[in-house]
Amino acid sequence: MPASPSLLAKLDYSVLQQCMHCGMCLPTCPTYDETKRERNSPRGRISLMRAVADGELQASRAFAEEMYYCLGCLACETACPAGVDYGSLFETARAEVERTGTAVTPQRSFWRWLTLRHLFLKPRLLRALGTALRFHQQSGLQSFVRKSGLLRFLPPSLRNLEPQTPPIAAAFSHELISPVERPSSPPRYRVALLTGCVQDLVFPDINRDTADVLLANDCEVLTPPVQPCCGSLHAHNGDLESARQLARRQLDLFAVDKLDAIITNAGGCGSHLKKYGHLLADDPAYAARAHTWDAKVKDIHEFLIQTGCRIPTAGCGETAVTYHESCHLCHGQKITAQPRQLLKLIPGLTLTELPESSWCCGSAGIYNITQPEQSAKLLTRKLTHLATTQAPVVATANPGCHLQLQNGLAAQPGHPCQTVTQPVTLLARAYRAEARQSSLSTGASR
Amino acid sequence: MNEALLHSLREILGPAHVLTASEDLIPYSFDGTAALKQKPGAVVFPADTEQVAACVRLANAHGVTIVPRGSGTGLSGGSLPLDGCLLIVLVHLDRILEIDPANLTLHAQCGVVTKTIDDTAALHGLFYPPDPGSMKISTIGGNVAENSGGLRGLKYGVTRDYVMGLRIVLPDGTITFLGNKCVKDVAGYSMKDLFIGSEGTLGIITEVLLKLVPRPASRRTLLALYDSMEQAAATVSAIIAAHIIPCTLEFLDQMTLRCVEDFSKIGLPTDCQALLLMETDGHPAAVADEAARMMEIARAHGAREVRMAADEAEANRLATARRSAFSALARMRPTTILEDVTVPRSELSKLVAFVAATAKRHQLLVGTFGHMGDGNLHPTFLTNERDHDEMHRVELALSEIVDETLRLGGTITGEHGVGLAKKAFLPRQFDDGSLALLRSIKNTLDPAHRFNPGKIFDILEK
Repeated sequence: MPASPSLLAKLDYSVLQQCMHCGMCLPTCPTYDETKRERNSPRGRISLMRAVADGELQASRAFAEEMYYCLGCLACETACPAGVDYGSLFETARAEVERTGTAVTPQRSFWRWLTLRHLFLKPRLLRALGTALRFHQQSGLQSFVRKSGLLRFLPPSLRNLEPQTPPIAAAFSHELISPVERPSSPPRYRVALLTGCVQDLVFPDINRDTADVLLANDCEVLTPPVQPCCGSLHAHNGDLESARQLARRQLDLFAVDKLDAIITNAGGCGSHLKKYGHLLADDPAYAARAHTWDAKVKDIHEFLIQTGCRIPTAGCGETAVTYHESCHLCHGQKITAQPRQLLKLIPGLTLTELPESSWCCGSAGIYNITQPEQSAKLLTRKLTHLATTQAPVVATANPGCHLQLQNGLAAQPGHPCQTVTQPVTLLARAYRAEARQSSLSTGASR
Repeated sequence: MNEALLHSLREILGPAHVLTASEDLIPYSFDGTAALKQKPGAVVFPADTEQVAACVRLANAHGVTIVPRGSGTGLSGGSLPLDGCLLIVLVHLDRILEIDPANLTLHAQCGVVTKTIDDTAALHGLFYPPDPGSMKISTIGGNVAENSGGLRGLKYGVTRDYVMGLRIVLPDGTITFLGNKCVKDVAGYSMKDLFIGSEGTLGIITEVLLKLVPRPASRRTLLALYDSMEQAAATVSAIIAAHIIPCTLEFLDQMTLRCVEDFSKIGLPTDCQALLLMETDGHPAAVADEAARMMEIARAHGAREVRMAADEAEANRLATARRSAFSALARMRPTTILEDVTVPRSELSKLVAFVAATAKRHQLLVGTFGHMGDGNLHPTFLTNERDHDEMHRVELALSEIVDETLRLGGTITGEHGVGLAKKAFLPRQFDDGSLALLRSIKNTLDPAHRFNPGKIFDILEK
């Protein structure tokens, strides 16, 4: 046991005391719902954190397992009348687990070192890996490896993950979006677009769609070609120091004062990006800038509704859609109405409500990798609800959820829903259809 | 806890259903009551009545005390473990056994969540009215053990009014069923009533047979805002005097309103001194008539504004916001000490004024809300358990409020139970004869004092 006091003990004690263990969080917690055990509930986990802060309990192996069994979906924050800041407690608890090294295994340490300390700290390295993976997938090497049986030489944990490797996009965001793009009419707003990590490698089209929607709403869009990870992955996995380092680099990259908004289109990133002020509160060189930054970071749906999104005059090619809420968009950022409002703006598109739309799909950052069993249960539950809507298309607004649903649906060919997309993509398609129609009619009138 | 007992428990329940690690016990060291914490010796999860009885017999054989627990949302410490006890968690007994639309009854295991009971009844056009604030997670067994109330008590009564039968595991391990589906039944003592509100001190409830009523065809929810608490209280008296019994007459003071709005963000006004939330349900014509008359009465008694919820969704948002009141008050300070004093409703405005004056005299922050139609008040002191001086002043204030409540002909608890939190006040309310009767019943049913001993009252006279 390290001699220095635990991170939980250093935390403002009133944050722990805020929980009055009334139990209102229990029915909204996916892990409590699964096991019906207090230890797997928000108030139970807080009681363990408080016991560590009080010195009654050491950050034991069981404590570590519990903190990583939590999805970090923050449904408990939405449910909590007392306003407990569970997100901060959870991040601090995981950081304490890492500080004390209670969860260490050689394999885990290697993956943490590779992902948190290298790949997601160095955007160019991540893109290089993306390019290599793309080659692996497109050259026929992947199907060769899969057919050859070579995979059986991998440890089971990796072997099971291999089919989930996301298809890497043919071009990354910087190849699709220019550093500065201006709308056809004089810009109403000047905004920066954050392209993310997974979004950049796997869904760069969604970044292009986001830029197009912003342009269609008269925004000048600034998109730096190389952007650091926002650090949410690090903060949620107990590496607060790297998270701070990345936040500083993010702040250095943008002239925040000269921007009207900083736009993110990934629920998980947005929830973290809005908390730089808290993260860098003790850093005199950055605290003030981080505070300004927090106020300017806007989720794309939030920004469009707030500034009055222009209604497209054409449809998006789909007639029915349902909407799955990313946890960190609805619970982390309390953005629930806006994505639905945007979908309803699209002519000819009907939105069917998804039962339990705000219940976690099991993606939860890298939870599907660290806790595959519980993740699969949540995915099954989500797909069952999806089927009841009979909608052929599901929209969501986070790359993790997007991939999780895509993988789940791919495994169920008979499922009525076969397409995963994002509200901003459907909106971009509607604007493009509108542009095609107007160019056709201009052509015809000539 | 001794290994022989744990070994036997594991054999009967399976090792996964017997917990003894610190990381498992700490999260079971509390219920919904503030500032109370005691660690059990082991936590077990029986799957059915027979397993509960087996646990009881084993605990008896090893001389270990037993505390039953549902979801642990109680507000008086009834399900708080005793140090080193065997905590029997009943959430796995969660099946609805039967719904009988011909006799309007529902038979369920004790671990079914209260809201699930009502949702199931609703599928058949029926209604289970008791709706404690924690209904989304509280268990029906816990509701019966604490005789929980709720927002609809004024018209529909409390849990006791819906219990027709109970399956009980007695302290010696005997399993018995008390009651039946008959509307009339005068055979013997009304023994099931002895267990309703017994807080786990006499037996463990493992099944409940509940009465249901037809689901009201219509309901209207009204809001009235006041610049003074007296006007709100006068409105309530006038509504009752006009022979209207609405299903809900709730009030919130300004402090509570601010906290509730801060959480729910549904546009509640935060600049008025008191808000009345009123609801009438039943036949659409009667509901329309009652709603109109209540609005009129509220205006005549000085309401600054009276409005009606536009639809079912808004009505639900208002009721949900009200149910969050207690927890929402925890936003203000680290520790939230909740009271449950109740007086004949004609005396309620006196008690409200007394609470405000007492808090002021002791320089304490208080938020008050409650069931104005029932005379049931929840003064909630917002404090910090680490501030010993302030906690002492809270204790003084509580003591004075209890004395005033009893002077006005009231009771120390309307719906939360005595548990540990209000135990010290019970002797002020009960005369010697009543206390002796409590003890004699306890000694008869649980002579070894194994079941939740020391809750409600001290078994041995002090």
